Amino acid sequence: MQPTSANTPAQSPPEKPGRWMLPGLGLFQGLAVTGRNMVQSFYNKERMTTVQYPEERAPISPNFRNFPFLVYDGNSIDNLRCVACSICEKECPPQCIYIVLERDENGKSLKRPKIFDIDVSVCMNCGICAEVCPFDAIYMDGEYELATDDRFEGLLFHRERLAKSADYHMKLRPEQASEVIARRKAEEEKKAAAAAAKAAKAKADAESKKAAADARPADEKGGDA
Amino acid sequence: MSKDNIPLWSPEHLPLLPQRLVEMILANLGAPEWLVSISGFMVAASTVLAVFMTAFALLSLIERKTLARAQNRIGPNRAGWFGILQPVADGIKMLTKEDIVPARAVKLLHLLAPILIVLPAILALGVIPYGREWTPVPLELGLLFFFAVGSMTELSVFMAGWASGSKFPMLGAMRAISQMVSYELPLIITALGVVMVSGTLSLPEIVQQQGGGFWHWNVCTPWGIVAGLLFYVCTIAEANRCPFDLPEGESEIVAGHMTEYSGFKYALFFMGEYLGLFAIAGLFVTLFLGGWQAPLPGLGLVPTWLWFFGKLALVIFSYLWIRATFPRLRIDQLMRFAWLCMIPMALLTLPAAAIWHYMGRGPLSWMVVLPLVLVPWVLVAVIFNKRLAPATRTYRFADG
Repeated sequence: MQPTSANTPAQSPPEKPGRWMLPGLGLFQGLAVTGRNMVQSFYNKERMTTVQYPEERAPISPNFRNFPFLVYDGNSIDNLRCVACSICEKECPPQCIYIVLERDENGKSLKRPKIFDIDVSVCMNCGICAEVCPFDAIYMDGEYELATDDRFEGLLFHRERLAKSADYHMKLRPEQASEVIARRKAEEEKKAAAAAAKAAKAKADAESKKAAADARPADEKGGDA
Repeated sequence: MSKDNIPLWSPEHLPLLPQRLVEMILANLGAPEWLVSISGFMVAASTVLAVFMTAFALLSLIERKTLARAQNRIGPNRAGWFGILQPVADGIKMLTKEDIVPARAVKLLHLLAPILIVLPAILALGVIPYGREWTPVPLELGLLFFFAVGSMTELSVFMAGWASGSKFPMLGAMRAISQMVSYELPLIITALGVVMVSGTLSLPEIVQQQGGGFWHWNVCTPWGIVAGLLFYVCTIAEANRCPFDLPEGESEIVAGHMTEYSGFKYALFFMGEYLGLFAIAGLFVTLFLGGWQAPLPGLGLVPTWLWFFGKLALVIFSYLWIRATFPRLRIDQLMRFAWLCMIPMALLTLPAAAIWHYMGRGPLSWMVVLPLVLVPWVLVAVIFNKRLAPATRTYRFADG
């Protein structure tokens, strides 16, 4: 095909006056690059682009995300942040989450999940569950060695396997976890402050009421408020 | 050859030891003359085969290690000490794999092709002089024999491509034919220069004439450096190695003519390829790098076959280095390079070699012959350095 530069004269860029180079020199420059690699890779460990996998692992990025996990505070799995509200269950696009709320014998909600299952053979790692959770209870994990020889039970993760401590979350994604903890702390303080204020207000109300009740009989006895 | 007056255990004759032992034992047992010589020949052939099969196994590992180092990796290091058992593991894998023959294949040719690709490589290895005393088959027309059996490789590659009854093998085979035929021309023409100067087709004789230090090697003559370089490039193309590995072209046509092969037949293709590589690199060493001759006089204590294998190892390593560095050519670049650059340059080395032959070695002949090859060389380089592709890429249909 003939070059049709005559049709599009405006588009063709002007020829750059390139530096003259000995013809064929580029070949030897290329050989020098690989030759340097061959020699220096024997003593310069920083050049190595691979790690010897089962013995050592490449550090995973904080943005790496795999299947979800549940966060619990403190040391006990009973302190799951999850309140079994089922928002993630409803939002999950491939519907791989199954939650059953725990209730006491009177049928009253205990605000924690009795069953929390994720079928990781179905999960597509989208992270929507972590995004929609209003209780900071579910986050994406960094674990990737999940191979199993049982493709049904082995890939169905139960509550015990999913639950991981807040410390683990902190280790995995320090930025996100510290932000979450700070926010939760602030919320708790706010709640505590609100509770305190409410208590103070209630106390003040009671006191003022009492004061009023005390004061009223003084001027007009027998009259009810 | 008078074998009786040389010591049995001398390092120079070490590769001949099995052959001589068998001949001695058979002669002492009173076996007839023909049986002794046939058995001796078979043992000699087995020696060569054993050496190069070991080298093939080692090279398949060393190649991967070298490529890995060139890319700042470590390479195979799990099987055995530094991955030394990797070839064994590969062999076991290849042997235990299922042998698949496509339904539309031509069964007989499909079976014959991998066998016929190993055969010429082994035959070609037979005529190369590995040491002063070690030429398995000292043929008078060794060079002719080498090229005659070497051209069988094209046939078997095309046989594989045709008999597979599939598209990619056919494409690969067509590429292989066009490439190998194109590069065989300059290969043979440059080898002719050596024949003109040496005045013989016998490979041991050609090596014999290059004795007395590296400045007597053919590559250290004005025509020889050009011819040697051309020959070297042609050997890469003949061996189907990167950057001329279009017939395989794994990123374009799966595996070329080997696409429909699996298991041991696939391994045979690899074996043929590597043995052919050894053969053609050995020919390069023989014709231009002085064969088994020592680089400096006065190194007579070192067995000569060690020099040959040292040079061979260097040439093979240069192949690996080139493979680690250069990308594959396009088919039109490949063809243009062969027909517009290699063949004219190769033809020019012929008169240069003739003049060199008649003027003899000396400063005057250097002054005459060097311009004869250097001027066209520079001209070709300048012409090829020009931009041959259009400056701007234009799209006929996709523009808009």
